Amino acid sequence: MRASGIVKRYGDREALRGVDLEAVPGEMVAVIGPNGAGKTTLLSILAGITKPDAGEVESANGEVGWVPQQAALYRRLTVEENLLLFARLEGHDDPRASIEEMLELTGLRERRGEVVARLSGGNQQRINIAIGLLSRPAVLLLDEPSVGLDPRQRARLWDFVSALAGRGTTVIFSTHDIQEAERYGGRLLVLADGEALFDGSPEELREAVRREAPEAADRDFETAFVAYLHHRGH
Amino acid sequence: MRGVRWLLLKDLQILRRSPLQAVLLVAYPILIAVLVGFAISRGPGNPRVAFLNEVPAGTRINVGGQELPQANVKGRICARVDCVFVHDRDEAEAKVKSGDALAALILPANLVNKINSLSTLTPGVPEVEVMVNEENAVKAELVDDRITSLLAQANLAIARRIGSEGGRYLNLIVNGGEFHALGGTFHILGLRTTASILKAVTPALPKSLRPPLEEVSEFATQARDNLDVAKPLIDRLAQPIAVDKVVVGGESPPLEIFAIAVAATLTLAFVVVLLVAGSLALEREENAFPRLTRGLVSTGGLLGEKVLLGIAVGLLVTLLMLFGMQMFVPLELGRVWLWLIAIVAGGGALAAAGAALGAAAREVRAVSLLAFMVTLPVAFLSLVPSGAVSPTVFDLIRYFTALFPFKPALQAITAALDETGPGIGGPLLHLAILFVAYTAIARIALRRFAAV
Repeated sequence: MRASGIVKRYGDREALRGVDLEAVPGEMVAVIGPNGAGKTTLLSILAGITKPDAGEVESANGEVGWVPQQAALYRRLTVEENLLLFARLEGHDDPRASIEEMLELTGLRERRGEVVARLSGGNQQRINIAIGLLSRPAVLLLDEPSVGLDPRQRARLWDFVSALAGRGTTVIFSTHDIQEAERYGGRLLVLADGEALFDGSPEELREAVRREAPEAADRDFETAFVAYLHHRGH
Repeated sequence: MRGVRWLLLKDLQILRRSPLQAVLLVAYPILIAVLVGFAISRGPGNPRVAFLNEVPAGTRINVGGQELPQANVKGRICARVDCVFVHDRDEAEAKVKSGDALAALILPANLVNKINSLSTLTPGVPEVEVMVNEENAVKAELVDDRITSLLAQANLAIARRIGSEGGRYLNLIVNGGEFHALGGTFHILGLRTTASILKAVTPALPKSLRPPLEEVSEFATQARDNLDVAKPLIDRLAQPIAVDKVVVGGESPPLEIFAIAVAATLTLAFVVVLLVAGSLALEREENAFPRLTRGLVSTGGLLGEKVLLGIAVGLLVTLLMLFGMQMFVPLELGRVWLWLIAIVAGGGALAAAGAALGAAAREVRAVSLLAFMVTLPVAFLSLVPSGAVSPTVFDLIRYFTALFPFKPALQAITAALDETGPGIGGPLLHLAILFVAYTAIARIALRRFAAV
């Protein structure tokens, strides 16, 4: 997936100012930054939900799966009914086979008949992601997927997402959790006030901190990141 | 179209998963049908009125010392209301207080004496006593109207009886005859005979006496002729103004058909508007809208699915209700195809209005409240008849209600149920225009959903 020169304005406010992003198959890219940095706007533009005011988005392999921050599914339907509905809407030739595959992938086969509202937030998020995967996307966009999950649920979620990347799916996710970004993001895109401040690996970000904010270089990754933002005027 | 089918199935699954909603959708029209059915099949019915007659038995109204035959006031009153005969005032009061009787009518013991005093030099004021329980304004108004009407009927009966007796005496004066009074019978010569006698004897009198006698004869003739004219006047005195009703417009169906149409339209409106508005708001509340419209289904397709859902459920529920009504009031089943047209057209326009409301709010609860706040007053205003308010206010109400599909839907369903009254074409055209307008509004409002 390649995005270049993305600009988005809401009235007088520039939510994104010429952001570039490129991701290759199997890569996990974490989009991080403070609140209002433009993370969700960038992901919704990559997903094709929001139109940019300038710039271009290309996806070499076509389909882009999108998993919104809040689970986009019907809580009064069962796990199976949700998956079946979206498989049918996606136009799958054999929607039943598709949902069996997704139930296997999410580990929710035993709970297929349960109404979604009765599932934990973590399990709801897994179905949310599974629905995003029904289109068999080459690129999966996850908007803050771990919000509201407990540590155990987070671990299971990231194991699941990492396994997808291991099979060649490009994963681009936004998060507030810097430790999570460091742990799972092969690459980090740092946004602040709509501007891309950094694009590189976690190690390269630490190097940048060492150069620009040496006093925080030996601290934990989150403190170092905050110091970096502060040094850059954010 | 493929997506619309699966979305429709999904909405029906959600509806089935909400037992309260599903029960309400089925129970509500049945309940309304039964209630309205009972109400209209019982007809306007006579109100129950506690009746206490304290007038001593055999007391008659007396005119000029002559007792009139009974006017049967009790019979006339009890033919118009359901009389509950009570023995004393306490029982009458208890009946009214408990609600067993709408009012109590008490004819006091001195009523006839007071009426008789009207023809004396010291006339009294005849009064009847009415007890009412004005626990609410509507009931109070109803009781006032009924009692006023009853007393008008009683007054009319008495006045007619007095007029009739007056006419009889007048006839006696004009034409002569037997008069019974004070236990004896008197022969009254009458003006007609008097004039004839005078005319007959005049030629035999001296010429000097003829002119004054001719004047008396002339007076008798004129008096006879004028009193002849007075007779119909006395007859009309009791009811001087007659009603000649001419219907100049607004042909209307029978009241029970209109009541059924109102109940059916109210059901259709609430079910369709709430369901479509709520269902559309649910797509946003569940965050599904962006996911759906990201290539899975177009906004037009989603809108069409909601309208289709509203029409399908509205049609089912309204038909269920109408067939329920059929048990109480026979409806013309040969016009069922017109029912279908009216319900589909009304449901379509109401669904489009519901979609416009649903697109305006983010949450199901908020949109449900909004739908109630819009539908209920519009329904009430649509039922305000001309003449009930000032012409300016009525015009305002007319223009306002024309902007919503309730009134044309009511007109279409009324026309479909009964051939009396205006045709169905006008309301259908009105509904079609509103359908197009609300669909356009809903589409514009839905664009807001595209923004995350």
